Amino acid sequence: MVQATAVPTASADTSDLKARFLAAHRWMLLARVVEEKLAALYRGGKITGGVFLGKGQEALSVATGMALRKGDVFAPLIRDQAGRLAFGETLLDCTRTYMGSRLGPMRGRDGNVHRGRPKEGLMAMISHLGAMLPVVAGTLMGRRFRGILGTVGAVSLGDGATSTGAFHEGLNLAAVEKLPLVLVVANNQYAYSTPTSRQFACEDLVDKAIGYGVAGHSVDGTNLEACLQVVGHAVDAARAGGGPQLVVASLLRLVGHGEHDDASYVDPKLRKTPLGADCLELAEARLLQEKWLSVEAVQQMQEEVQRQVEDAVATTMREPLPDPNTEDWCPLATRNLCEGTSPE
Amino acid sequence: MITYLEAIREAQAKALADDPRVYIYGQDVGQFGGAFKATKGLAKEFPGRVLDAPLSEDAIIGSAIGAAIEGMRPIIEMQFADFSTVGFNQIVNQAATLHWRTQIPCPITIRLPSGGTAGAGPFHSQSMEALYAHYPGLIVMTPATVEDAYSMLIEAVAIDDPVIFCEHKYLYYHLKAEKLPTEAVPTGKARIARQGRDATIVTYSAMLHESLACAEELASEGWEIEVIDLRSIKPLDTDTVLASVARTGRLLAVGEAWPWGGVTAEVIARVATEGFALLDAPPMRLNAKDTPVPYHPNLWGTHRPTAKTIAVALRRLLSA
Repeated sequence: MVQATAVPTASADTSDLKARFLAAHRWMLLARVVEEKLAALYRGGKITGGVFLGKGQEALSVATGMALRKGDVFAPLIRDQAGRLAFGETLLDCTRTYMGSRLGPMRGRDGNVHRGRPKEGLMAMISHLGAMLPVVAGTLMGRRFRGILGTVGAVSLGDGATSTGAFHEGLNLAAVEKLPLVLVVANNQYAYSTPTSRQFACEDLVDKAIGYGVAGHSVDGTNLEACLQVVGHAVDAARAGGGPQLVVASLLRLVGHGEHDDASYVDPKLRKTPLGADCLELAEARLLQEKWLSVEAVQQMQEEVQRQVEDAVATTMREPLPDPNTEDWCPLATRNLCEGTSPE
Repeated sequence: MITYLEAIREAQAKALADDPRVYIYGQDVGQFGGAFKATKGLAKEFPGRVLDAPLSEDAIIGSAIGAAIEGMRPIIEMQFADFSTVGFNQIVNQAATLHWRTQIPCPITIRLPSGGTAGAGPFHSQSMEALYAHYPGLIVMTPATVEDAYSMLIEAVAIDDPVIFCEHKYLYYHLKAEKLPTEAVPTGKARIARQGRDATIVTYSAMLHESLACAEELASEGWEIEVIDLRSIKPLDTDTVLASVARTGRLLAVGEAWPWGGVTAEVIARVATEGFALLDAPPMRLNAKDTPVPYHPNLWGTHRPTAKTIAVALRRLLSA
């Protein structure tokens, strides 16, 4: 059952690769640009609460988002802006949640990366790492009960989450139930400030796949083509009935844990290794080298994407904020069982 | 005759039969029928819908939340209420916040075999209702009768919110009824289990029966004690409690759980803040002692309130 695909095989179809690569690159660029805008808004005091960026993880994230289809389930984590967009989340869902618009999916009740539309397959993460893994396993169990087959659930986690009980319980349960679940672990070398040497003692996180009886795949998280192939393969294998798939990507987070964090703890030597490469820059170099796009076309795309982001932010800025007087302060769906909702 | 435990089994059988969205998931609940046999025979009767789970409370509850998002109505059996702490995060942070954050209902029922029995010790005896009631977004039921065990469990499965169903292990075999009920008191309404005019005992779950025994004993001395069974502690039926205190002027809140915070504290806080003028004497409360639940019957019998200790408290209240 266990298989390790260390390096992706060459794509059989170059034109398919080109199309996917270009689409992925555009989502990555859009993610990078919107995140830079969010960081600027944060510094300008326009965003309350944290801002969490995915710089350096866009290739892996977009590969997950693109490998999934409409109707699949995706539980992104905090560095999945690119994957969210590729999966179908709108830019407005992002800006509205960050800026607290009443029109956003979370309506000011939750912020930043804690957003989603569960009925559309996009889970709204809670902060407790690993916790979304059992939930996605449950969505797949629920679908199986209902006779809905052929859909896949993907969960994004980081190296830190592999130390949690929820990771262990969730992956084991998914394996026991042979669920079509893909667990994508971004080993970005640090859980907040904690290096992997203080996080786990195994040689390689992908080895955990053996212990759980699931397929394991390793991938260079800075290499977009590799990510598209390996994650795509894992999603296909899960969809084809191969049971849970563990993908472990190696990369380096190129920003702080959040914008409040200068990441001064990151070993400068690590930044100079291949792990520290910027996946977006590498992707851009590749598509220029392959002559899939001209320099002018890339520039034009950047301008378009910039405009798209500015439009979303401008729209969001005009929107109403949450109003404590119209907030219903009822946590239950069964409204008549809410108690203590208004002081008398 | 049907026991409290059989009523729970029958309620689950009815839920499975009536609604294809219902399934049962928990440790040993399948062919074995559960550690207490609350799912006896159900795996056979409903193939593929009563599943054994790995020893993973977090993943069991997390998966139930995912299935609920997909439109299912899972019934989760925790083998003992005490073990639900391993799944605590999923209950209080995921299930309890889901509807408020995303407007997607989370109709899961989590059955907690609760409370003490002789010899069960610190980790198979806990009463966890106050802990869950503390968190917004959960409904907490504490049935004290065979009839309520049946009708409230059916109601729990039908409710669009996560329900913590605290079923008392001591009552499993001790409590019997002639037949299952055909009508139910609405969720959130307390029940006056015994009418009286001299003092009000507010209680729930197994302590209802200790309180009723105490009221019976005091009746032989001429006291008329009103006993209120809260049925659900969240929502808590403050109106019924206040109306009773308005009649009696005296309040004793009794719970098997630990004293700090908790249901008895909440009842007294509500009466003191909303009905202070109704009180003829300072309100009283009686709980288990503030230690882990002891193993040996000699200690356990003294650790939790009993009809005897409730009577001692009541006599003090009546003479105040």
